Amino acid sequence: MSAPLTGELAQIGKSVVIKGELSGSEDLYVDGQVEGSIALKTNSLTVGPNGQVKASVEAKGVVVQGKLEGNVQASDRVELRKSAVVTGDITTQRISIEEGAYLKGKVDIHGKAEAKK
Amino acid sequence: MASVTQNFMKLFRGSSGGPQTTSPAQTSQKLTRRSSGLGELARTWDTEKSLCVLDLGSTSGANIRHFTERGHRIYSEDLLTASTEPGLVTKDEQGNVVLDSRQFLADNLVYPAAHFDVVLCWNLPDYLDESLVRPVVGRLWSVLKPGGMLLAFFHTRDAGPDSPCYRFHIVGNDTLEMQRIVLKREARRGPTGAVHTAITDGFRLQRVFNNRHIETLFRDFASIKFFLARDNVREVLVVR
Repeated sequence: MSAPLTGELAQIGKSVVIKGELSGSEDLYVDGQVEGSIALKTNSLTVGPNGQVKASVEAKGVVVQGKLEGNVQASDRVELRKSAVVTGDITTQRISIEEGAYLKGKVDIHGKAEAKK
Repeated sequence: MASVTQNFMKLFRGSSGGPQTTSPAQTSQKLTRRSSGLGELARTWDTEKSLCVLDLGSTSGANIRHFTERGHRIYSEDLLTASTEPGLVTKDEQGNVVLDSRQFLADNLVYPAAHFDVVLCWNLPDYLDESLVRPVVGRLWSVLKPGGMLLAFFHTRDAGPDSPCYRFHIVGNDTLEMQRIVLKREARRGPTGAVHTAITDGFRLQRVFNNRHIETLFRDFASIKFFLARDNVREVLVVR
């Protein structure tokens, strides 16, 4: 995993299923199932290879190795690894997409000023 | 589409053995190709301000970068992969196995009317299941703005039935990098909870359209322009 970590890291293991609103001020690694919404405004979310996220996501950075269904708003960057399957619109400042990643949705790139709004 | 194409577009269907695996060396190789159709389209995105682009090929970071760097919005939707969804398989009145085009269009290409300035079809019509071709082209007509443009590639008969399916990366205003799509099987859980094995890559040429068939396919569009390439491919630029 090479998520842009910023210190503390919370992990949701692959046998864990969560439904509801997730928010926090530390980086989050999801290898289980999450349904609802994820808000980590100043931190990063990593969806691990077993992760299945069905949620709107707001974070500083988002790295996807597993499945993510929902709109993503990242103030810094989004990385789609080769095993990523993403369905939803992405709004971010920077994006990198590995060969083999699957994306169904819109990509909007905005500048720093817009991100701070 | 069935009435128009069933008889004359089956030239290559099932004409050789099942899907073939490809060595890693073949798959990682990228071929560079000049594209006159792309060159003509590029004039649009280099002169206009903010365009709305729909890329129907395999997800390409290069294409997303190409358009977002120019201030355009890009939507990515891999229709060939979407067409392998096992839940789409159904039977027609004669009992033939077909793909459910209504369901396909309920799940895919769901956009407001007249939303896009440019649609990049690449070689989609040649590899898409026959039952989906005309419905998809009809939907593309409706999501294109009047005056919007669509780029598609069609193989000529000389290309042969085993022409590989490529993903296309835009690397210049009239230059593409083509990367062969390899066979990849993926286990998916269907709506009933059953696990199916879907072929998500590794597509076979379904048919060959001649110029008349192409004109018929895009008859609702305002104009059509052909560009003949040396690699047994005709590029087609249609305007709604």
